[in-house]
Parts: sequence; C-alpha cells; structure tokens
Amino acid sequence: MSTAEPGREENMPEGTAGPLLQVDCVTKNFRGLRALSNISFDLMENRILGLIGPNGAGKTTLFDVINGVYAPDAGQVLFKGEKISGRRTYHSARLGLARTHQVVRPLSELSVRENAIVGACFGRKNLRLKEAGPVADEVLEAVGLAPLAAKPAGALNVAQKKRLEMARALASQPYLLLLDEVLAGLNPTEMDAMLHTVRAIRDHGITIIMIEHVMRAIMSVSDHVVVLDHGEMIAQGSPREVAENTKVVEAYLGRPEDAERLQEEV
Amino acid sequence: MGRRLWHPGLYLALAVVLALGLAPGVTGGQGLRESMFTILMSVGLASSLNILVGYTGYVSFGHIVFFGLGGYVGFYTMTQLGWPLPLAALVGGVAAGILAFILGRILLRLRGAYFALATLGILEAMRAFVTNFSPFGGSIGLSLNFSAYRAYGGANEALWLTYWILVGLVVLTVVVSYLVRKSKFGLGLMAIREDEHAAEIMGVRASRAKTWALVLSAVIPGVIGVLFFFKNGSIEPSDAFRLNQSIELLVMVMLGGQGTVLGPVLGAFGYQRLRGYLLTSALFSDIQLTIAGVLLLLIVLFIPAGAVGWLRRRIPRLKTVLE
Repeated sequence: MSTAEPGREENMPEGTAGPLLQVDCVTKNFRGLRALSNISFDLMENRILGLIGPNGAGKTTLFDVINGVYAPDAGQVLFKGEKISGRRTYHSARLGLARTHQVVRPLSELSVRENAIVGACFGRKNLRLKEAGPVADEVLEAVGLAPLAAKPAGALNVAQKKRLEMARALASQPYLLLLDEVLAGLNPTEMDAMLHTVRAIRDHGITIIMIEHVMRAIMSVSDHVVVLDHGEMIAQGSPREVAENTKVVEAYLGRPEDAERLQEEV
Repeated sequence: MGRRLWHPGLYLALAVVLALGLAPGVTGGQGLRESMFTILMSVGLASSLNILVGYTGYVSFGHIVFFGLGGYVGFYTMTQLGWPLPLAALVGGVAAGILAFILGRILLRLRGAYFALATLGILEAMRAFVTNFSPFGGSIGLSLNFSAYRAYGGANEALWLTYWILVGLVVLTVVVSYLVRKSKFGLGLMAIREDEHAAEIMGVRASRAKTWALVLSAVIPGVIGVLFFFKNGSIEPSDAFRLNQSIELLVMVMLGGQGTVLGPVLGAFGYQRLRGYLLTSALFSDIQLTIAGVLLLLIVLFIPAGAVGWLRRRIPRLKTVLE
C-alpha cells in the first residue's frame, strides 16, 4: 500500500525548488560488462524512492556512482544542482549525502558512540568533537542503540550493526540518505520498527533512496519506485504502477516466487 | 584545554617519562644519562611512529629514514654552516617533515602491505642516495670538530644540554600523542585505521589526514636525529638509516600497545631494558635481534593489542585511566 497522499504524487510541481538529486544518463561499465546503462531520474525533496530489481541488477552500483565510490563512464549526477559524480566520496558526505552499506562496515575497534561521532564530525555540518557528542547520543537513542553506546562496534550482532550504519549516516545530518538493504535479515517485528524509523526520518525532512528486496516493505514505504534489471531502468512510477508493469513482472519471472509476491503484496 | 590535559591517560605517561628523564639529573651520573638517552630517544621515536602505525593503521618499516635525514640536515648545518644546536635541531625536524609531506602525497595511495614495502624501499633508497651525496660526506659521513662543543661550555655541558632538550622533546611528544588521540583529527585517523573506505564515505578526507599524520610522526624523529648525532659527534649512512632500528621501533610500539598513548612509552622502556640485558649477557648478545624478531611474532600472534591494549580489554575499569 502506498502511503503517499494524492497531493504528493510524482511530477507535481513543488514550489520553485528543483530536484534534490538528478541522475542524468548514467552509464557504468566494468571491464566491458555494462553494469548501468543510461539511467536517468530526478528525486524531489522529502520523498522516499524505492530502488528494486533482481540480484545483480546494478542497484548498489548505482549507489556507488551517486555517492562517488565510482565515477560514471558517461552521464552525471547532480546534487542540489552541483555536479557530484566523479568527485571523492568525502565531498558528497560534506554536501549532505550519507549512505549505509549492504555489507556492514563498522569501525570495529571504536565504540558505538565513537562510530556515530565520526558521522557527526565529518558529515554535512563538520561539527567539532564537543558538538558531535550530543548529536551522536541523540541518533543512538533514535535507533535504539543508546544502551550499547560504550561497546566496541565490532561486538554488535548483525541487526545491531545495521542500525549502527543507520545511526552513523543520520549523525551526519544529511539531506539525502541512501539505504542499502537495511531490512535484510530482520524479523517481521524488527522490520516494522525499521519502516517506522524510515518514515520518521523522512518526516524530519530527509530524502531517502532505499534498495530493498522485501517487496511488501518497499511498496508500502516508497512514494516512487525505480526498477533496474541488468543495469537498465525498466520501469518507474508509483508502487502500484510499477507492480502492474508487465516488464517488471517479466524481470522477476526468473524468480517466480518474487513475481508472485510482487503482485500479491501490493 | 587545561582541563582536557588533566587526565590520568596523559599524566601516567608523563610521569613515566619524567621519572626516567629526571633520574640522571638527580644522580648526576653520566652512565645513567647515556642509558636514559637511549631509552628516551626510543620513547620519542616509538611514540611518533605510533601516530602513523597505531592511530592511522599504516605500518612503516622505514620510519627511521626521518631520524636519519633530520640528523644529516641538522648535522650539516652545524658542521658546515656553524649553526647552533637548537636551530639545527629545528631545521632537522622541518627537513623530516618536508620529506614526510612529499612521501605522503606519493606513498599513502598504497594500502597495507604495499605501503609497508614502499617504506622499506624509501629507507634503502635514501641510504644509497646519501652514501653518494658528497655534501653529506658520502659513505664516510660527517664529523663534528671537538671544539664545536666549546660553544656550549665544554663537551660535558654540551651533552647535558642535549640531554635536557631531549627530555623536553619527549615530554612534548607524549603530549602531542595524547592530544592527537583526543582530537577530531585523531578520530578521523582511527576511522581510517578501522575502514578507510567507510571513513571516506562518512566524510573523512583520508588522503589529507594521512599525509598530516605522516608529517606529524616524522618531525620529532627528525629533531631527535640531530640531537643523537650531535651527541655522537659523527654521522654516517649506516648509522643514520639502520633498518634494524626501524624494525625495533615497531616491536616497541607493538609490545606496549599500538594506538595508545602509554603503550609506546612502556614498550620503548621495556624493550630497551630487555635489549640492554641481552647485549650484556654472554649467552644472548649475538642473537639479540633474533629475540626481537621472535618477540614481534609472539605479540602479533597472541596479544596484537600490546600490553596496554590487553590490560584495557581485560580490565574495563582501566579504560578510564590508560589511554
């Protein structure tokens, strides 16, 4: 079920502000293999964009191009009107773009709190150490890691590490948050809690792109969905439009159980 | 700043340094002064190396190159240009810092073992270069005219002066090490150590931070080099760029606890005491370096966090005291 109110549908003019993120004809090859082919979409502020597609569709690669891990072979990415593709990752972090990793990357020897402080110190606001402490405490509270703040990050379990990824990203006080499979491995209760958190983050004015395999979740939380398959964008639109798109259903036919779920759950 | 400095993590380390450093002043013994000079020099070098190895996570096998180059540049200004020791020491530190900046720009793109190997190459290359560089006396090196000590009131006074400068310098090194560990800059370095890729995504400008970490870890060894070779009276390539000494520094950092303030201090003290014992014992004097190697192996295998790191993990309450 889409939670977007009618007035918030895509393509509605939103004041005079341009899109927060513009992905413009992005192509990325790896040794002749086309990982992303001519991908274009705009993202307005304060939206949740769901990025779906079968395994190997290029979703994480698209994140990597957006936040500067890879430079695109063609095309560009604009963030608040500034070209960020091809620049270093720390540059986009400073501009207000944060991400989490599908395979968690905790700073293991540092404490949970220090991990969040790194996010706050080097993020958009470039806070001083003293100012970063309260911000870190606040986000740890928000994601439910406050009781574990003093623990080394390496000692957390996977679900907790996923939340730490989220806390670190939030501590940087970003405009745009890229979430890479934050729901994977969570049980239904934890998943609902996480979705609640994601919506709360959006309600705080942070724009979100999330990669997810769990159809029920992504369809319920997204305002807009982009579908990738073999590096190509095969569909975009509201969750319902996308779910009824024959190309999308075909792309998922390779995994019949996914195709079924896609239609059942929406 | 004042309150931040008043922390057991700092004054424990300073207490050790001062206890060692002031002992010869109390007894007035030249023998004790000489052995303390060696120990304090190691404390300063190991604490400096710790900024790169312990905080930033980049292992360098060639760190002694900064000691050697600083020593040479400072020695050159004293012997050929007649500059006084304090100025020469300063110039030696600056020279080491400049070399570190250049190397940082070039080498710190490399990660892990590649960086470690490259530092080894730099050390050997610098030794080869200086051996063939005639202003530095080529393979023979340079030596200080004995009369040079007269400007300081005689050889004995000159050596005491050198010693007190070293004590001050080592105190400064420990304070810097502590301040880095407690700063935003240091947090960025530790984030790089844990996961450089993730750190950059969080906004840490890794290349810049690493370069400054290398510069910071090089300047004091450069100054110490000038002090050591001034005391020594002569300098030659095989003394200035000794690979053994470089590896021993790593053993000290690892032994005491990399990434902590107190660790390299205790590690340098412990290692030098052990080395002193081994060198004077009939049984071990020939295999002193072998023992250092075995020691390094044992640490890496069983207590990679070093003594201080091990204590911090075992007894969590010590975390507030040991930094």
